[in-house]
Amino acid sequence: MPEPMLEVSGITVRYSGLPVLREASVRVEEGQTVAVVGSNGAGKSTLLKAIMGAARTGPEGSIKFLGQEIKGLPTERIVRRGLIYVPEDRKLFKPLPVEENLLLGAFVVSDEAAKRRSLEYVYELFPRLRERRAQPAGSLSGGEQQMVAIGRGLMSDPKLLILDEPSLGLAPLMVSEVFQTVGRLQKEGRTVILVEQNVLEALEMADYAYVVQTGRIRHQGTSRELLDSDVVQKAFLGGV
Amino acid sequence: METLLIELLKSLVSGLLMGMVFALVALGLTIIFGVMDIVNFAHGEFLMFGMYTTLLVSPLMGVDPLLSLPVCGVVGAALGMVCYFGVVRFLLRGPMVAQLLGTFGLMLALRNLALLFMGSEPRLVKSGVLVGRSLVLGPGVVLESTKLAAAVLSIVSFVFVWWLIRRTKTGMALTATSLDKEGARYMGISTERMNALAWALGGASVAIAGGLLVNFWPVEPNVGLLFTMIAFATVALGGFGSIQGAFAAGILIGMIVYIPPVWDAATSFAGVDAPTIHGFKYTFVYLIYFLIMVLRPQGLFGWKQ
Ligand SMILES: Nc1ncnc2c1ncn2[C@@H]1O[C@H](COP(=O)(O)OP(=O)(O)O)[C@@H](O)[C@H]1O
Ligand SMILES: [Mg+2]
Repeated sequence: MPEPMLEVSGITVRYSGLPVLREASVRVEEGQTVAVVGSNGAGKSTLLKAIMGAARTGPEGSIKFLGQEIKGLPTERIVRRGLIYVPEDRKLFKPLPVEENLLLGAFVVSDEAAKRRSLEYVYELFPRLRERRAQPAGSLSGGEQQMVAIGRGLMSDPKLLILDEPSLGLAPLMVSEVFQTVGRLQKEGRTVILVEQNVLEALEMADYAYVVQTGRIRHQGTSRELLDSDVVQKAFLGGV
Repeated sequence: METLLIELLKSLVSGLLMGMVFALVALGLTIIFGVMDIVNFAHGEFLMFGMYTTLLVSPLMGVDPLLSLPVCGVVGAALGMVCYFGVVRFLLRGPMVAQLLGTFGLMLALRNLALLFMGSEPRLVKSGVLVGRSLVLGPGVVLESTKLAAAVLSIVSFVFVWWLIRRTKTGMALTATSLDKEGARYMGISTERMNALAWALGGASVAIAGGLLVNFWPVEPNVGLLFTMIAFATVALGGFGSIQGAFAAGILIGMIVYIPPVWDAATSFAGVDAPTIHGFKYTFVYLIYFLIMVLRPQGLFGWKQ
């Protein structure tokens, strides 16, 4: 087995003493798309925030990225190592123009030429953002705001991109556009963790997937295995 | 008629100059609020520390009070950081009221520290290139050099802060931090460092204002209260967190302070037997503060952006 890019082993997150994520272990290999699915409140975002140093993890377990321990590091140091998190509530800087939001995504990049290349790449990925570059990010539609969030996440050319429910609250047409974007990132060879409520689409796209239920990782396997399994069929896909 | 015109012109000029000083005093308050959403009740005490710095440092180093301003900046920045790392950082996790009481406690502590070491008698810088000099613009309209220098340095400070925030990478990080802390951290910005920077900038700018002020305003341990109130009114009028707002509102408040003397001159000119009100000029500031809070709580320029 190749050395994984990210290896989370047995981490626990407690909010006011109560564990909302227990002994979670996840591995992501370079170039993979890994899906994390589960119902609302299961603990998916908590898992991602724990990886990013934004949710305080308990003393147990470890989080290794490219072979190095990152558990306990502050978020900004984790970002500098090449992990980027696009949160489900997007966290855009709403009064700032679209372009400034994108440039903030490259805050850790010091090479100006690389920054410009990334901006060009994002505008090519989402032509609508180029048209709206001078508009305040908060004035855009929900779908366009999600493009800004994803585009901003790509500005530093991350080694691992973590997307937390990118299709949340979007119109059906926008949802399929988001999945198309993820498909393109995949073809480019990027490594992605995708958290989704649209379980079927996410599983069809992913190489490997985890199912989170009430704070625990209950099932895992290749997408094929999970799509065929009874538990996933019953819990998420309406099968019998 | 002529005396009234002169009085009006004099007040206009004095109001403009004092207004820029008020603006500089308020600048630090609006920076700290803008980045951290914290109201620093000890702001006037930072000013007082700046005033004492000039008062003590210029004879000690044998330099003109004007040259002690960089020292004021350094002392103010250090004071801001000490307050942030020593006190404020621990208040962030607590409720809003803890933050209010916390900076209130800071105010009392700094005030008593000054009382302990400096005593309670008011003191003023009595010599220096600026002291006693003035520029005569016309009959009765005199620009005191001390106030003129303060106004000019206020403009310089505002331009610098505007440049820093709008044109530098650090400024972008400050803006991002002020808009969304969690979002800023996901960009790789150390919001902890940005908070400290806001306190350093806020402390430095208000201490420099103090170093300028002490050339024409006596310092004593309680001098901060009046200026904290004026700074609150300025920031409320300009919009909490707004830099341009603080500048415009500072000037406006400088003008407002000179309405009562003009009123007195006008009534005496018209021969109306009205009571004089120039003794109440700061009461006018509080009245304006009250009216803003009731009528336009977001200030003239809105919150933050
Ligand atoms: N900051 C927090 N404080 C307390 N409880 C939280 C916090 N964030 C999330 N939770 C709780 O943790 C559980 C998991 O939340 P989350 O990870 O956001 O779920 P998901 O992303 O799978 O919908 C939920 O029950 C939620 O209420
Ligand atoms: Mg979630």
